[in-house]
Amino acid sequence: MKHIVIIGGGIAGIETACALTDAGHWVTVIEKDSQLGGKLNNWSYLFPDFTPTEKITVELQAKCRDKDFSILTSTEISTILRKDGKFNIETSSDQKLEADAVVVATGYELFDAHRKEEYGYKIYDHVITSADLEELLKPGGDLTVAAGKYPKRIAFVHCVGSRDEKSGNHYCSKVCCITGVKQAIELKMRLPDAEIFCFYMDLRMYGKHFEELYREAQEKYDIQFIRGRLSEASEKIDKSLLIKSEDTLSGRPLKMNVDLMVLLVGMEAGKGTANAAKACGIGCEESGFLKTTDTFLKSNFSEQEGIFLAGSCTAPMSVNDTILHARSAAMEVKHWLSKR
Amino acid sequence: MKNFGYSIIKQRTIDYDQFDGRLLNEVLEMEPSFKVCLSCGGCTATCSAGDLVSFNVRRMNLLLRRGETIELESEIQKCMLCGKCMLVCPRGINLRNVIMLIKKSIAKYKPINS
Amino acid sequence: MKAEGKIRVWQDYQKEIADDHYFYVRSCIRQNFFPGSEQTFLKILRTELGKDIYENPHHTTCSGIGYHSDVVPFDTIQTIVARQFALMTEAGYKNLAASCITSFGIYNEIIETWKEFPSELEKVRNFLKSATGREFEVPQNVAHASDIVYKFRDDIAARKKFSLINQHTGEPLKIVEHIGCHYSKMFPSKGVGGAEFPHVLVGMIESWGGEVIDYPERRHCCGFGFRQYLVMSNRGYSVSNSRKKFESMEPYIPDAILCNCPGCPMFLDRWQYVIEEMEGKTFGENGAGIPVLTYEEMAGLVLGYDPWDLGLQMHQTNVEPLLNKIGIQYNPELKYAGKDGKMIGKPMMVGCGW
Repeated sequence: MKHIVIIGGGIAGIETACALTDAGHWVTVIEKDSQLGGKLNNWSYLFPDFTPTEKITVELQAKCRDKDFSILTSTEISTILRKDGKFNIETSSDQKLEADAVVVATGYELFDAHRKEEYGYKIYDHVITSADLEELLKPGGDLTVAAGKYPKRIAFVHCVGSRDEKSGNHYCSKVCCITGVKQAIELKMRLPDAEIFCFYMDLRMYGKHFEELYREAQEKYDIQFIRGRLSEASEKIDKSLLIKSEDTLSGRPLKMNVDLMVLLVGMEAGKGTANAAKACGIGCEESGFLKTTDTFLKSNFSEQEGIFLAGSCTAPMSVNDTILHARSAAMEVKHWLSKR
Repeated sequence: MKNFGYSIIKQRTIDYDQFDGRLLNEVLEMEPSFKVCLSCGGCTATCSAGDLVSFNVRRMNLLLRRGETIELESEIQKCMLCGKCMLVCPRGINLRNVIMLIKKSIAKYKPINS
Repeated sequence: MKAEGKIRVWQDYQKEIADDHYFYVRSCIRQNFFPGSEQTFLKILRTELGKDIYENPHHTTCSGIGYHSDVVPFDTIQTIVARQFALMTEAGYKNLAASCITSFGIYNEIIETWKEFPSELEKVRNFLKSATGREFEVPQNVAHASDIVYKFRDDIAARKKFSLINQHTGEPLKIVEHIGCHYSKMFPSKGVGGAEFPHVLVGMIESWGGEVIDYPERRHCCGFGFRQYLVMSNRGYSVSNSRKKFESMEPYIPDAILCNCPGCPMFLDRWQYVIEEMEGKTFGENGAGIPVLTYEEMAGLVLGYDPWDLGLQMHQTNVEPLLNKIGIQYNPELKYAGKDGKMIGKPMMVGCGW
């Protein structure tokens, strides 16, 4: 029986583990947090159809119970050494594992919005990120702002920490456009009297049903879209926010007072992925995400033979794309092992 | 010329075949960062001049790429070179240099009948 | 507004400020605009803090205003700056302390240019050598004078005679801080606290008992902007920019505005008068203007110096409402008395809203 160690117990890690267990392999998942699920645990509803995240996590948990694979939570890898065609792995809790193949599924981290100083995150009272909003969108979440009132006007700011040289991130995080549209609709459902504006540079509705949801946002929910990037925000005496952008389609600077501002934060490769890259001796791209050997046919292969990649440690990805990428990783691992 | 009480109307279509790219090419060669403008308007939003006069720094790119040399020449005079646009630009464009380059070369490329 | 968020940003922008032995370079315009400020700075450093600070009579303008107005070429200003550095080197100093924000910006811009393009430095060394025979070292530490007051703000607080507290209400005075654009907007890392939430003046205000007002247009330029003011027909842009700031700070009812630049207090002070004359509008409490102070003047008041020795009679917007709130005793009869006791003359255009 071949042993595969998977670094990361988010959706990519779990999905790969399940598929490889089904294929008759022995799998160990190493997860740095105390529970499996990764970033999905912080999300409430998924685009483009508002599926409650719980539905996915419950199914994944059930899968984990059904399949017989080992899980090491609150554990990180310290070193990986290749010896006689095997990988000798040491963990932060001094366990020693021997594996025939390794799958890196370390995922991403959210952009730390405080780095965009001009937007005042964690300084102004009513600037939140899309991740903060997701928490507030859970049943019972408190959406009130200054003086206990509900916000009358809300702005979503696209591309925070993405497509931005000043943040050091040139790439597009892919999922924030549709996240903004989804969250704008959810807020409008909760706060029908609120006016909601999305400030965007380009709207990238690349996935199935994304464009339809954008249309629905305009048609049914009166979400307004202004093409312009926010240059700055400031807090007023009543704790509302003065925001500035250009309305590029009318060609004039625009200012607006809003009660709540939501920053659609992008994805970064993060520390977990950087550490895994170092331990495995595999390369990162300029963006920090892990290098695959080929864009089309080998998107699960790292530069080191026997070390495979799954999910958003390779590029920003939606939940859907992550699950598919994880399944393809499992297939590649299985195929590779069968040839040895 | 005889006046019939009406005129022959000039087409307002952008005739790209008439486009003279020399100024654009010169600017891009000296300041390649200008190639990557994505017209987000962050520059115009923060511009100290555009707040008070009809100056739109984002449109420099478009005027240059469409050969609107005459309008471009009068527009760039409104820039005060404070550089705030460069603080905001998500693509790291050296806009101040772009404007200096246009100022330096525009006279060479103005249409003769202007 | 969350204080911990700002503190986090401030920690990202800490700069090294020399502890002692400064070569001081004055501003061209401050001695006319706010004549007591630089003298007060020297007095505080020498007599209150016991520091060694030297100035050289051969020091000239850095030519920054000419440079920013397109009349002084870059080669020329680099050579002028090199000459100031030569004076510093000859006097045996390594720490430069600039009174002017624009000079501070110029010094940083040129030193950074030399780091990026060492050939420029070599060129300028040759220029200076062939023109004057002088040689120079690049300063080890470049600080703005406000950086130094910031560094020693708590030592000043320890010697204070007055606090920035409203004597009538017992509440901290609400103070607007305004940094000069060339302080940290060109190089955020060269300013204490960076460009978005600069800490240099905030630190002084809080250390001396006041409360800082953070209003929406805090980042905006004071309106000076050189070209906007130097050409008379452009001055409408200057006053419009100042007005934008006043309008934005008005709801907070500020007790004073504190600046660290030569131009900002000048324009924020004088334009309040002009706006009152043009539109009948004032922005301070009870129809008064908002007093505008330099950080040296503010430090001087805290240390109990006589307001007229600080040069506060040269302000267009009357400072008396602020003096009354702090509880400073002053003789109104002596407001326009010179150092020798003779009257220097009362201005024709008096005060703002008072």
